[in-house]
This record gives sequence, structure tokens and C-alpha cells, in this order.
Amino acid sequence: MAYSDKVLDHYNNPRNVGSLDKSSPSVGTGMVGAPECGDVMKLQIKVNDASGIIEDAKFKTFGCGSAIASSSLATEWLKGKTVDQALEIKNTDIVNELSLPPVKIHCSVLAEDAIKAAIGDYRAKQGKQVPVAQTVA
Amino acid sequence: MKLPIYLDNHATTRVDPRVVDAMLPYFTEHFGNAASRNHEFGWEAEQAVDKARKQIADLIGATSKEIIFTSGATESDNLAIKGVAEMYAEKGNHIITAVTEHKAVLDTCKKLEKNGARVTYLPVMGDGLIDLEMLKEAITDKTILVSIMYANNELGVIQPIREIGKLCRERGVLFHTDGVQAIGKVPIDVNKDNIDMMSISAHKMYGPKGVGALYVRRRNPRVQITAQIDGGGHERGMRSGTLNVPGIVGLGEACELCNREMETETVRLRNLRDRLRAKLEAGLDEVYINGSMEHRLPHSLNMSFAYVEGESLLMGINDIAVSSGSACTSATLEPSYVLKALGVGDDVAHSSIRFGIGRFNTEEEIDYVADKLVDVVKKLRELSPLYEMAQEGIDLSTVSWAHD
Repeated sequence: MAYSDKVLDHYNNPRNVGSLDKSSPSVGTGMVGAPECGDVMKLQIKVNDASGIIEDAKFKTFGCGSAIASSSLATEWLKGKTVDQALEIKNTDIVNELSLPPVKIHCSVLAEDAIKAAIGDYRAKQGKQVPVAQTVA
Repeated sequence: MKLPIYLDNHATTRVDPRVVDAMLPYFTEHFGNAASRNHEFGWEAEQAVDKARKQIADLIGATSKEIIFTSGATESDNLAIKGVAEMYAEKGNHIITAVTEHKAVLDTCKKLEKNGARVTYLPVMGDGLIDLEMLKEAITDKTILVSIMYANNELGVIQPIREIGKLCRERGVLFHTDGVQAIGKVPIDVNKDNIDMMSISAHKMYGPKGVGALYVRRRNPRVQITAQIDGGGHERGMRSGTLNVPGIVGLGEACELCNREMETETVRLRNLRDRLRAKLEAGLDEVYINGSMEHRLPHSLNMSFAYVEGESLLMGINDIAVSSGSACTSATLEPSYVLKALGVGDDVAHSSIRFGIGRFNTEEEIDYVADKLVDVVKKLRELSPLYEMAQEGIDLSTVSWAHD
């Protein structure tokens, strides 16, 4: 299978590889997929509690080149967005940007799921741990 | 050293230049039809075919008359299994094979099942070999054929062919083996191994694509098969169609070269294979061999690199040609059914690489491949959340994964 230049670029130079402190209340962690399916993505966001802007994003992915590229691209897009803006990222945006073939669309779906899972985790933490901030806002 | 490096010799092999040389005159000067009995052109072609028949027979301990030419091993498998099912329909309708067989055997059996045959698919043990006791128990008075491959195309493991053949002989059941991966690589004797039919392919043994053969035993017992292609009655009525003379000459020459050089070639290839394995095991933790190491072709290696997905690994070693059992490299998105049959778990199948070392590989190439793989696996493990979890001491089998 031939990969697009963008997939190759992300595979060869993955952006934002690594891990954030998952116990921090301003960090949301999403882990999706399963080893037996051949794809596991871990995506983390660090949100500025005051502005609601995603300051940092990191990923680690077990999966094919397209899965690695999808999650790498997702972290690039997440940085600088508000949590609400981040929720607007759709898997089809990733498909278009990386020119993924039909057989690789599930990689982009997984990346969207990982974004949603990370935001969900962050919001759950905020809901529990900073109820005051919400009432103030 | 030239890149890319070809290490996928189970898929196909480069044609040996000596084979090409032997073939060339049969495209031009000696272009006759081997079935033309009344002129020089036909006689030359027939002579060349007879010589090839002998070269093939000599490699496997058969006689010339027992070699039926086909278009390749897929056709040979079809002819053997369907041919026996049709010919021996009155005796019974039960066929035994194994779950790790090539699709040419499995899909042929499935087709026969649709037409009323009963097929037993034997499981394999963790090392990829069938359990002889299970085979013994599976044979009934309706069993007409056992089809078990000599060596597996994905794993390289060699089945206990002699014992299977002996068992079949005792029970009066015909024994077919797909010999594609083993012929020319390990010594085969159809008499000692009790083989009744064997599929042969030229392009897996440094011969051309599009030509193969089926060995069909003529004595003790005399095997009869119903032709699956009708026409001029070539190949003693078992396979009609004008013979592919240049291809057949190539197959014959390939067999003779393998026969002559097997002893030294085996030692060389085994050394290269063991060198590759040793270097990978020295450079990386958590690498696993798939299938028996003891019962294995000398040039084969199938390894899983834990926490790394096969397709991403192939992408990182794009100047090396190998295959992976990963789902992502298959059209169906299913991981290798052969690896799954070993009971290794899908995650191990996703992380597997098959190495097939061949006649034209050098030690320098093997060292390059080993170094590159170690680098890329390390890099991908840095990217792998599974490796990170394993390093933290989390047992991955206890994690409940979120998936749709």
C-alpha cells in the first residue's frame, strides 16, 4: 500500500510523543482500542483551567502507520483550541488531511474517539474536583 | 550491498540465472509443441519435457511417469483434492486437512463441502504441528483423503509427514501433501515419506512463475484422479492443455540445482537464519518465535515483536521486503489465521514478521536487516502505550480495553 506524504511525515517525525501526568486534575487521558484489534491509542490533553484552552497534548499509539499519523495529527490540532472547539474535530477532517484510503478510516475514527475520551476524562475530573469554579463561571 | 533487500522468499523467489539460461532456447529455437509427434520441433520439446520430468522425479524419489505438469501449486492442490473426491466418491466422502493449510487447500475443501463432502479441519498445537493422535481418531471408514502440507508457508514448521503417511497407508487412506515450501529445501522421498500425491511449484524454488506439478503415485497404491480440465488428454489424461515447455524446462532445472546444492545451501541458509535470530534476540527484549524451532525449514523465521504493530514495523523497514501476520497488511483486516491457530492471541499475530532467507541473500544483508529492525522496534516501542504500561508493571491481559 502506498502511504501519503503526510502519513509518512507523521510516521517518521511523530509530533508530541509522550505522556502527561494522568493524576493531574488539568490533564485528561483517553485510551481507546485494544491490542487484539491491532490499535491502541493513548491521547492526553493539558487544559488551562482559567482559559479552557488546551495548552499541551501528547500521544502514544500502538498501531499501523495511519493510526500513528492520525493521533500525531490530532495532538497538533488540539493544541491552542478550547475544549469545545476540540470536540468539533471530526474523523473525516483527519481522513482528508492525511488522504487516508477507505481501509484506514477506522484509524481516524479511533483518533476522534481518543479526543472525546480525553475530554470526557478531563471534564469528569473537573466536575468532581472543581465544582466551585463552575458555579463561579 | 543493494537496497531494497529481499527476505520474502516464502512468497516467491528470484529465478536463478542458470534456470533462465536453460529456459531461453525453448522460447525461440525450440518452440515446438511437446504433443506434436510427427516433426523435429515436437520431438525436441518432448525431449526437454522428459528431461525435466526426470529432474523433478529425482529430487523427490519418484519416477518420471508420476509427474503431472500444471500451472502451479494452486492448480495441483485443486486437482489432487477434487480429483480424488470425484474418483473415490463411491468409497467415501470424508477428507481430513488442517486449519493452517494454504487457502488453495482450504478453499478447495470448502467447495467440496458445499457439494456434500464432509471435511475435518484438524487444529494444530502451540508449535504449529498437528497431533497425530487426533488424526488417527479423525479417520473413519468414509475417509478417502488426508491433505496436510509438508511445511507451512507462514511459520516454516515441518509437519511429521512420514508418520502421517504411515498412518494413512495403514488405514488405506490416500495422503496428499502441499510440498511447495519444502521441496528443494529439505530432503524429500515420496516412498520413505509415504506420500501418494504432492503439489510442487517452480517459483518457490528459484524457477519461473506459472508452472508447477503434481506427483501422483503409480504403484502401491496406484492413485487415480479425475481430471479437472478437459481437452486433449495430455499428461496421461489427468491434465489437458498444451505443455508450458519453457516453464517446465525451468522447473526441471530448478529442481536439479536444488538437488545438487541442497546440502551446502541448507548449512549456509541455516547459519544466516540463526545469525538473524541471535542478533534480534541480543538487541531486543520480548521477542518471540512463532512455531516450532526444532521442526522448521532452515531458511524460515517467524517472530513477534511485543508491543509493536506489524504494519508500522514494515513501514519503518521499507527497504526490506518481509511479510507480517498483522491484520493491517491483509485485505480482510483479520490477523493471520495461521498464527491465530497456534493460540498465540491476536496481539501477537499483529506483531509478527515472517523472514524467508534465500539463495541470493548475504551475511551483510542479514546484519543490515537485524540492525535496522532493532532500531525501528525500539523507536516504535517509545511510541507504544502498551510498552509504557508493561514497563510500569501493568499486566496487559488484565486490562479491560474500551472498544466498540
